Amino acid sequence: MAKVEIKVNGTKHSREVEDRTLLVDLLRDGLGLTGTHIGCDTTQCGCCTVHINGRAVKSCTVLAAQANGADVLTIEGMAKDGKLHPIQQAFSECHGLQCGFCTPGMIMATAGLLKDNPDPTEDEIIHGLEGNLCRCTGYINIIKAVKQSAKVLGSKKK
Amino acid sequence: MYALSYVKAKSVKEAAEFLASNPEAKLLSGGMTIIPTLKQRLAKPSHLVDIGHLQELRGIEAKGGKLVVGAGAKHFDVATSATVAKAIPALAELAGIIGDPQVRNMGTMGGSIANNDPAADYPAAVLGLNATVVTTKREIAADQYFKGMFATALADGEIIVRIEYPVPKAAAYSKFHHPASGYAMAGVMIADTAGGVRVAVTGAGPGVFRWKEAEAALAKSMKPEALEGLALKSDDFNEDIHATRAYRENLVRVMAKRAVAKLAKSK
Repeated sequence: MAKVEIKVNGTKHSREVEDRTLLVDLLRDGLGLTGTHIGCDTTQCGCCTVHINGRAVKSCTVLAAQANGADVLTIEGMAKDGKLHPIQQAFSECHGLQCGFCTPGMIMATAGLLKDNPDPTEDEIIHGLEGNLCRCTGYINIIKAVKQSAKVLGSKKK
Repeated sequence: MYALSYVKAKSVKEAAEFLASNPEAKLLSGGMTIIPTLKQRLAKPSHLVDIGHLQELRGIEAKGGKLVVGAGAKHFDVATSATVAKAIPALAELAGIIGDPQVRNMGTMGGSIANNDPAADYPAAVLGLNATVVTTKREIAADQYFKGMFATALADGEIIVRIEYPVPKAAAYSKFHHPASGYAMAGVMIADTAGGVRVAVTGAGPGVFRWKEAEAALAKSMKPEALEGLALKSDDFNEDIHATRAYRENLVRVMAKRAVAKLAKSK
């Protein structure tokens, strides 16, 4: 068994898990944070994207034990005080989703992309979301939502 | 995933000692290949020895005409390093198009080189740029390191510490990636080095290889036209649902021409 002390969305947790436990399983089953989805078993779909120490990663491909001591941000940590994060708001307003299954991962990947590149071109958005699949193929509105997110977040900084 | 024990190594030395006394243990660096492999129960190591967090493996520095990259440097680190961009911009570009952003935030150069996937990008950089793979036991020249599909010169328990790239006069990488996996269907690194022109091809064959005919032709004339009609041994190229052998052979030719054109522009 591995002891994992982890900060998730600002709250410290301590859990004993099997060594083989994936981070996504600790988040979902251990901590009840089911906003992080598992869409595939092959590290391709990106539905499970969370941030570890500020970097977007696929939580189905990280052991919980590897994340010991880390600061993790999940989709549940995006809204503040009952108010959606600007990226969530943009996905809602632009209808950047169809079934919604991939949306938490898309939003966390978008947050990662805009951190590195606050004003991406359409091509950079497409490449920046290469690790995320939308099987409804709703990419056009997802790209719109990312553009709006960049605009809103950019004007907030000014 | 089968049950296993996770061990967080405190140093490379400790990891090496652990591997020496546990022959069924495997190293964990970024985990971008081994964890998916374990999830599919394609491997059953006794332990995973984590070296991914070790700062001693993360350094990137330019010194004495070489770019030295720690084996634990993540693809994101290499893609965004000012030191890499200045010394070998083609290496930064290559690192920035590996897999996808989430993979680049975890995957490491040492892990990629140790795994030697026939469609990975870094093997083309190591072989094309004539790098030296420095391990806990010795220094291995690129030409002696790659031994075909998923095979390398590494002995059991040997850990890659860093990769040393002699800074070339110019270099360029061009890749046709598989749209779903991001792996190279064909990737070509061309480098104009002190020791001559080197052309390394990944993705097409059973492992990275040097295209000697192209090296000879480009040494005479560094122009895309110089590659026209050259012999390219392709009888062992991969053939699968993604592409036929002939398709991959053509891709190698096209990627090589693009890399030459890019290299000419970078000078």
